[in-house]
Amino acid sequence: MSDKNWPLWEVFIRTRNGLAHRHVGSVHAVDATMALHAARDTYTRRGEGLSVWVVPSNAITASDPADKDMMFEPTATKIYRHPTFYEIPDEVGHM
Amino acid sequence: MTNTPLFQYTLRLADTALILGHRLSEWVGHSPVIEEDLAFGNMGLDLIGEARALYTYAGQIEGKGRDEDALAYLRDAGDYRNLLLVEQPNGDFANTMVRQFLYAAFAYPHFEALKGSKDEMLAAIAAKAAKEMAYHVRHAAEWTIRLGDGTDESHNRAQNALEELWPYTGEMFEVDPIERALIDIGIAVDPTPLRAVWDKTIDDVLAEATLSRPRDGYMQSGGRSGRHSEYLGFILADLQFLQRAYPGATW
Repeated sequence: MSDKNWPLWEVFIRTRNGLAHRHVGSVHAVDATMALHAARDTYTRRGEGLSVWVVPSNAITASDPADKDMMFEPTATKIYRHPTFYEIPDEVGHM
Repeated sequence: MTNTPLFQYTLRLADTALILGHRLSEWVGHSPVIEEDLAFGNMGLDLIGEARALYTYAGQIEGKGRDEDALAYLRDAGDYRNLLLVEQPNGDFANTMVRQFLYAAFAYPHFEALKGSKDEMLAAIAAKAAKEMAYHVRHAAEWTIRLGDGTDESHNRAQNALEELWPYTGEMFEVDPIERALIDIGIAVDPTPLRAVWDKTIDDVLAEATLSRPRDGYMQSGGRSGRHSEYLGFILADLQFLQRAYPGATW
């Protein structure tokens, strides 16, 4: 079965209009490469960013900027991931 | 059903994307870790998104008023044209990941080539799909390497998956008269030259994964002409239930 002791990685994302990478959360992964995939799959599903860093205790690993089309553009057409895609009945009022 | 080559070709691409997307969606909520749960969901939605665009286009080509939903939800197994590879059961994590690797290693160069199609719509769909498949092949390859070069158990499971799925890889490179006609006029992709690209991707990753490439033996075939394994019927029963039970239901 899966080993629950995979290392923890902190995830930093630079948004489209942001000036710096911002900490967004953490993932578990066996190594740097898989941590980057996990961070992409976990934290950029709604087009949140164009670059991801994953950071173990004392090192930083960054995504290749040349990968940004592949990494992030596929989310652009998935409009159903935005709450505005869904119609809220009038009776609900302000949410 | 219309049998124009362009309709058939587009439908084959759409069905393969939908069925594999559905297979990946079956992992959601069952993955060993939440990160992979999301990864399967993401890859599944990439594929279903490709299927939607392709079905919509297929419906336009056919010109009989069928939309993406009609093509996805209201055809039976015999009318489906997907590769047999993608309808195979998920099995264990290694099985699903190896299947994803075998397919994406083909789909990525395939869609890269389709970007040059003389059919503008297919070229546009391919441009988006190629980016998605680039990630799928990378993610699945990295996992294949870690499973193969991991523990004895993960190695054995990955090797078993390879042996089990290998007979379904030949179908990706088949060319029948329907596709030949479209290849000759620059619309469809000739898969023959993609073989060397696929071989190199597979061989490089398997070497790093310390996995053995299975020998090419008898290859299964028939999915793209509607002859499927028994698994497709069960997939469609799951996938189509709502539209069959509540025709026209929307959400």
